[in-house]
Amino acid sequence: MGKTLYEKILDRHLVSEERDQPSLVYIDLHLVHEVTSPQAFEGLRIQNRQVRRPDLTLATMDHSIPTRNRSLPVQDEIARKQVETLVDNCTDFGIKLYDLKSANQGIVHVIAPELGITQPGQTIVCGDSHTSTHGAFGALAFGIGTSEVEHVLATQTLKQYKSKTLAINIKGDLPRGTTAKDLILAIIGQYGHDFATGYVIEYRGDVIRNLSMEERMTVCNMSIEMGARAGLIAPDETTFDYLKGRGYAPSGSDWEAALTEWKTLHSDENAQFDLEIEFDAEKVTPQVTWGTNPGQVAGISATVPTPEELPQAQKRSAEKALQYMGLAPGTPITEIQIDKVFIGSCTNSRIEDLRKAAAIAKGRKVAERVEALVVPGSQLVKKQAEAEGLDQIFLQAGFEWREAGCSMCLGMNDDLVGPEERCASTSNRNFEGRQGKKARTHLVSPEMAAAAAIAGHFVDVRQWPAKEQEGVMV
Amino acid sequence: MQSFKKVTGVAAPLDAANIDTDAIIPKQFLKRIERTGFGQFLFYDWRYEDGKEKPDFVLNMEPFRNAPILLARKNFGCGSSREHAPWALSEFGIRVILAPSFADIFHNNCFKNGILPIVLPEDVIQFLFDQAEAQPGLKLTVDLESQTVKGHDGFEAVFEIAPYRKQLLLEGLDEIGATLRAEEKITAFEGSHKVFYPALATANSVDSNS
Repeated sequence: MGKTLYEKILDRHLVSEERDQPSLVYIDLHLVHEVTSPQAFEGLRIQNRQVRRPDLTLATMDHSIPTRNRSLPVQDEIARKQVETLVDNCTDFGIKLYDLKSANQGIVHVIAPELGITQPGQTIVCGDSHTSTHGAFGALAFGIGTSEVEHVLATQTLKQYKSKTLAINIKGDLPRGTTAKDLILAIIGQYGHDFATGYVIEYRGDVIRNLSMEERMTVCNMSIEMGARAGLIAPDETTFDYLKGRGYAPSGSDWEAALTEWKTLHSDENAQFDLEIEFDAEKVTPQVTWGTNPGQVAGISATVPTPEELPQAQKRSAEKALQYMGLAPGTPITEIQIDKVFIGSCTNSRIEDLRKAAAIAKGRKVAERVEALVVPGSQLVKKQAEAEGLDQIFLQAGFEWREAGCSMCLGMNDDLVGPEERCASTSNRNFEGRQGKKARTHLVSPEMAAAAAIAGHFVDVRQWPAKEQEGVMV
Repeated sequence: MQSFKKVTGVAAPLDAANIDTDAIIPKQFLKRIERTGFGQFLFYDWRYEDGKEKPDFVLNMEPFRNAPILLARKNFGCGSSREHAPWALSEFGIRVILAPSFADIFHNNCFKNGILPIVLPEDVIQFLFDQAEAQPGLKLTVDLESQTVKGHDGFEAVFEIAPYRKQLLLEGLDEIGATLRAEEKITAFEGSHKVFYPALATANSVDSNS
């Protein structure tokens, strides 16, 4: 019997297997940030242990850092201590760190791919659940807790139980005006917030093949919002084209050797998945979440659901969510007024995302009472956007233009949504309190967020005047 | 790590599905660099309003204020990988969580912190919710060795746990130490394994070059 992509990657990283035990799996790349690592380094010190492979470990600062006034010390005293601790830990253990002043600093899931460090067939971990992003390259990538961060630092391995495999076969084409974000939100909406718990997903089908690497990252990023351990997309020419020439990508004869190996990274024709589902891309519309988990989502032409009309199992969660969100059943999504807009996060902060949002914003103005923020995913993305003049488009439209970081996705810095304020956000989680205490989050694509910023409420980008979009399209 | 053998106590019913780790420990408390000090902030936005306890939150009510067992709905612990969530639960005094399902990373993190997450069928969980509402003082006994949850009126449920995880909890095992004892296997693997990127660390590991 053939093997799935997941099984192929796992097999190539098996250090040892024992009966009744999880396998010991080798880790090719360990990504580290300031929030989930200090206790792991402390653990190493207490036990007098070393970092086994600093050469396979990369650190940056993204979660708790400010997105303005970078020339000043971090104002929040506890956050400053955390950031300084990361510098000390990386210095002491010899780990590469792109710090706040580095030209390569950014969200950990943005920088590893753009530097060419994320590559097909790797095993990648990070103390962050959105590590699933890197699965877009055909790498087995997943989030871990701090105890496991310590285990990887000390041993470069992890104890792993085998996951079940889930193939999501996506048919048809994405309709005009819909995006990778709408696709993944629609899938989560149909199957639910915990549907893929215990599985590694492989996304397949023509739609996936036609997505750019950045769009694939958006899809894989949100695998965790379905509960999946990881999301995978088999590498292809799009993957190889993206990687070729990047700083850490192989070159010369190494490139040829890598390519030979990478081309074997696909599920065999006769491979068996534990579960296979079909999803029709043709019916995807621009999506807006109305609730407090990413599965509580509707199309832009829909109305806020009436809990009584939902299946019994969803009814109580929906009631609780609508109460928190301050939404009345039956309200058209397009009539929901917003106060804040956040364009950023490891889901949607890459250059293509910013180009698409800028195309919507160009020559327009953010609605009077709306505060809108654009936070590039990395300093390299920021630089590229500025070279293309996107910053000026945003600034002239009334958006703020910030330094790279996680920012308002989780509001660990001062980029917060206020109590009962409503935010159109390109991030990945609409949980209670995620963007701020009592904050109300609606997850959308970058295009939908930009359009909402200008209109002051959600609008259907499919009806956005096409002429306005031509100016900065690539 | 703290070992786990047997726990007896009341089970606090937390009646909502999909409780995420942002709710368990909100982000403003993740800036600490220590492993301790999180218990006071557990379920912060649900427990407190303007710095005062909310009287209608279950963990602010007797007899649940010191409950060692949490009774929860499906997909408990979803979202962020933050191990601060089990740290906060453990420091608050929670040793067992009973739910129909758990999110993967949280579930895994529990075993590293002496917390036993137990999956029980939906109808059994519902029975325990009903019982906690009708007779809030009733105690449960969770015994890891025999893999049982026992309660009032002959209630008994058997639960599954992977043998390795059972041993991990019973012995409070140092996993890293155990892996390092088989270090020669890792070294042997590294001898024939290749990554296709150059070493990340250099002599001057901190890059501040703008």
